[in-house]
Amino acid sequence: MKLPIYMDNHATTPLDPRVLEAMLPYLREDFGNAASRNHAFGWKAEAAVEQARKQVAALIGASDKEIVFTSGATESDNLAIKGVLEFYKAKGDHIITLKTEHKAVLDSCKRLERIRQERLDELKLLRLSQLAETDVTADNLSELSAKHRIDEDATYQKWAALPTGGARVTYLDVEADGRVSLEKLAAAITDKTVLVSVMFANNEIGVVQPIAEIGKLCRERGVLFHCDAVQGIGKLPFNVEEMKADLVSITAHKMYGPKGVGALYVRRKPRVRIAPLVDGGGHERGMRSGTLNVAAIVGFGKAAELARQELPDEAARLLRLRERLRTGIMGQLDMLKINGSLEHRLPGNLNLSFSYVEGEALMMSIKDVAVSSGSACTSASLEPSYVLRACGVEEDLAHSSIRFGIGRFNTEEEVDFVIRLVVDKVRKLRDMSPLYEMAKEGIDLKSIEWTAH
Amino acid sequence: MAYSEKVIEHYENPRNVGTLDKADPNVGTGLVGAPACGDVMRLQLRITDEGVIEDAKFKTFGCGSAIASSSLVTEWVKGKTVDQAMTISNKDVARELSLPPVKIHCSVLAEDAIKAAIEDFKKKRQERSPKQSA
Repeated sequence: MKLPIYMDNHATTPLDPRVLEAMLPYLREDFGNAASRNHAFGWKAEAAVEQARKQVAALIGASDKEIVFTSGATESDNLAIKGVLEFYKAKGDHIITLKTEHKAVLDSCKRLERIRQERLDELKLLRLSQLAETDVTADNLSELSAKHRIDEDATYQKWAALPTGGARVTYLDVEADGRVSLEKLAAAITDKTVLVSVMFANNEIGVVQPIAEIGKLCRERGVLFHCDAVQGIGKLPFNVEEMKADLVSITAHKMYGPKGVGALYVRRKPRVRIAPLVDGGGHERGMRSGTLNVAAIVGFGKAAELARQELPDEAARLLRLRERLRTGIMGQLDMLKINGSLEHRLPGNLNLSFSYVEGEALMMSIKDVAVSSGSACTSASLEPSYVLRACGVEEDLAHSSIRFGIGRFNTEEEVDFVIRLVVDKVRKLRDMSPLYEMAKEGIDLKSIEWTAH
Repeated sequence: MAYSEKVIEHYENPRNVGTLDKADPNVGTGLVGAPACGDVMRLQLRITDEGVIEDAKFKTFGCGSAIASSSLVTEWVKGKTVDQAMTISNKDVARELSLPPVKIHCSVLAEDAIKAAIEDFKKKRQERSPKQSA
């Protein structure tokens, strides 16, 4: 067994050697540009890309014509959300998503909100100038709008002859188990809702959302459904027809493929349209211009094929290892909490709160194992994870969380090593923890007046 | 986060972890921080009637820097008088451990813990012999 052990497979996965083998010829002799239609080098590259497109499509039950290659899932999420809002701006401007989504989705939504506000301010400015208010500035805009009783929404609708391409966003809370309530989702849909964006499986707590039910609801209500499926694809079955997903983000490096390549599934029947983010040579049917990264795309295809072939056995193996890890740790330590539903969960994910032990300190003491802290306390903000907070996990517990991500190359021997190490180090840290001592003495920690700092 | 060697050394071999008898009139206890902020430090000092710190113990819930800061100050305060210990500042701790800016608050916590423990000790003495301190 080699140290350190990699158990952070939600962050990224190692390249499968079979994937690397498939890629090598396209980094050496077969270097052609897939867009070169007039010679053998180009034809060979194009054929390789088209084969990869079929392999990726097959993994999610799509047609190869529905796969748009991108630089990764962040770009796919951006393209899906901004592209749909831009294209369908005449239809409406409302998005619904979850507070536990990936930042690529949340921050795309936030930008659309900012765009809407900026356009709204421009419209107000226009209206005020028509009311002969000459000295309108950014500083007195709100004041003058109030003076003239300019109702934002009414003005927006009346004056926005050309819709904005911005958006209003509803960020839904999740239930304590990390899953969205379908009733709350249904209630949030309005006649202005264009898009619902819900992830397949969460990157921190591994919780799997009721995607088929969400897809059905969206289809019934005539709303497009985008699914960031990055963490779940290749680990659990996902079929775009069964899920009724209209747009699906995928990336290669979370399924043992190379970094820097991803895809967006864009449905053809019924047809979904998006405005491109990148203009240029019209590659990928105009949805994503740019010379294709042939070797990476070939690797992505191979990774997708391997994931599809090995999925049932591998999912069962990962679940066995995860359960071994879970029961191994929980059988020896008290005061632990599993974050997120255990039932609706990625097989390789375990997110645990070790009460009265700080997550970063624990990671530091198990440095022979690469895991990730549920809390983002290494960042400048020192704020605990927004995903755990959205699930209602108390701040002190959110600071005590560790995410284990078991993957294709982890072994039983490694899991057993991790169990021994974690149990030993948690005990050591708890011996050093005033909170654990107080909890053991029966002191209610909530009754203490803590000094905030 | 890349920690300095001194932080790692203290973290891996923390000095003076433990608990002193709270009921002992010569023991002052300082409990600072908050669980919701991700760090709580408890520093206990046993102080002679002459005002010399003869023992120090800590327990800390927090990151590596918080543990190292508390371990370091237990070493520093031992053998010092109360007045000398009061002059230890967070800057000294941060400099000694080369704490990154985002972890400076761990050293602030360590300074606060010393002050809180000494304050607790003084309060106990006042309660014990109001005449002396009056």
